[in-house]
Amino acid sequence: MTDRPVDEMSFEEAMAELEQVLGQLERGDVALDASITLYERGAALKARCETKLKEAEEKVAAITLDGDGNPTGLKPVSDL
Amino acid sequence: MDLLDDPVPGSNTPEFSVSEIAGRVKKLIEGELGWVRIKGEVGRVVLARSGHLYFDLKDERNVLSCMTWKGQVPELGTMPEEGMEVVAEGRMTASGFQSKFSLNAQRIAIAGEGALMALLEKRKKALAAEGLFDAERKKPLPYLPEVIGVVTSPQGAVIRDILHRLRDRFPRKVLIWPVAVQGAACAPEVARAIEGFNVMTPGGAMPRPDLLIVARGGGSVEDLWGFNEEVVARAAAASDIPLISAVGHETDTTLIDFVSDQRAPTPTAAAEIAVPVRHELAAWVEQAGGRMAASLSTSLVRRTQRLRDLARALPRPDALVEGPRQRLDVLGDRLGPALIAGVQRRRVRLSDVSGTLRPAVLTRQMRSEQQRLNTMSDRLAPALARIAARRREQLEARVARFAPRLLIQDTDQARARFDAVRGRLQAIGTHQIEQLRARLDAMDRLRETLSYKATLARGYAVVRGGGEIVTTRAAAETATALEIEFADGRLKLGGTTQPKAKSKPPEQGSLF
Repeated sequence: MTDRPVDEMSFEEAMAELEQVLGQLERGDVALDASITLYERGAALKARCETKLKEAEEKVAAITLDGDGNPTGLKPVSDL
Repeated sequence: MDLLDDPVPGSNTPEFSVSEIAGRVKKLIEGELGWVRIKGEVGRVVLARSGHLYFDLKDERNVLSCMTWKGQVPELGTMPEEGMEVVAEGRMTASGFQSKFSLNAQRIAIAGEGALMALLEKRKKALAAEGLFDAERKKPLPYLPEVIGVVTSPQGAVIRDILHRLRDRFPRKVLIWPVAVQGAACAPEVARAIEGFNVMTPGGAMPRPDLLIVARGGGSVEDLWGFNEEVVARAAAASDIPLISAVGHETDTTLIDFVSDQRAPTPTAAAEIAVPVRHELAAWVEQAGGRMAASLSTSLVRRTQRLRDLARALPRPDALVEGPRQRLDVLGDRLGPALIAGVQRRRVRLSDVSGTLRPAVLTRQMRSEQQRLNTMSDRLAPALARIAARRREQLEARVARFAPRLLIQDTDQARARFDAVRGRLQAIGTHQIEQLRARLDAMDRLRETLSYKATLARGYAVVRGGGEIVTTRAAAETATALEIEFADGRLKLGGTTQPKAKSKPPEQGSLF
């Protein structure tokens, strides 16, 4: 288990740890108290994964450039 | 003699000044040839400090000098390098100043695929030698990037393909940096875009992407050439953001593919590499929840079973206490009677003991003891007086026996005996001394008769010189002083006068 708060984890981190938690739970060699703690941790990680999966919003923008090729801003792109 | 400026009648040979002819030649060349394409090998190349570019184009026999003005250089397309096989496009012109014709090259392209490939190989070798293609340089791609930066043309199929595939798999935030994907502007714009994405701030108004895709559709080698330029390769290598290159079709390989962190065969493939499939992940997460619950309940079931098994192996609690309980009962039953019996026994002993313990007994005993004490104290004083009288009698008897007269008598007798012994000792001592003296005299007389001194009385003498006894004449002659001992004393001869006596005889001798 890492010390990183679940809320700050990327999807990948949360998934990797969830995988670990699953492995430990499925091996069944943890004490009952610890397995309950693990289960709670796993549930939090799962929730984090689900949140990150829900953030699947498409937002496409093109960068606008000035005459020298420097970026000046964003222009939404919706017709592609 | 005719002067040149004198018109020669009958002759129609045109006449020019140098400047006029230079102007005519220039006009002629520019008019006749105008815009041309010339193929040749690049010779010497000079980029002047002024910014103008001078180079030579040559073939087996001839050399054509070319120049490109500073303002035309950015539009040139390809910078000429010595040995490059190129097609230069531009306007033929002439300069009267040097009597020289030349090409004002405004576009240069690599001549033919073979030449392009040779150039590409050369660049690849150089960059590989720098280590830019090393596997350790490749950065891992993020599993699920939040923001994806796409460097490509904003129009066309490529960006559409990428966006469609991203939408199918996992919709993300996408920033498109529009660039020219062919022609001279391509390479600098692509390089600029990669650098530009890298300097953005994560989470800012223009959020820095977690992943870059540099993409272009298929085309000829010349079309894709911008992605073979060194500036593009270097920008991709320097990118801190992981970069996927997707240029051309699967069979096209450009320089950027070697330095990118991952090469995708097509733009669509790049999108597939960039993001995982959302619904697959959702399914996995869902499944993970199920697996977690299942394994927890399995573990609970297993533990319950184990507990039950263990409980079965435990003996009944009743059975554990039966034996002790029985013993307790038996002992408990015996407790009351035992107590009563114990008390009874002790009471009997007490009454036995206390039966003899009456005050009258004590009083009687005390009285008899008092009587004994009185009797003894009555006898005490007479007994003491009796003992003292007896001791006094003994003392007086002893004093009577002790008399000083007897002591004095003893002392007188002892003194008389001591005087007698002392007298005898004195007599013996005197006699012994006289005897010893007589013997000593006799021996001294004998010594006198044996001494040389008796001989001296008979007329002999002892001669000494310097303390030593002199026995020879020779010794006497060398001695400074002589001493002769007679019977009646010693006589000194010579001494201080003797050396004089020795020197006298020669003086006397000379007188005679």
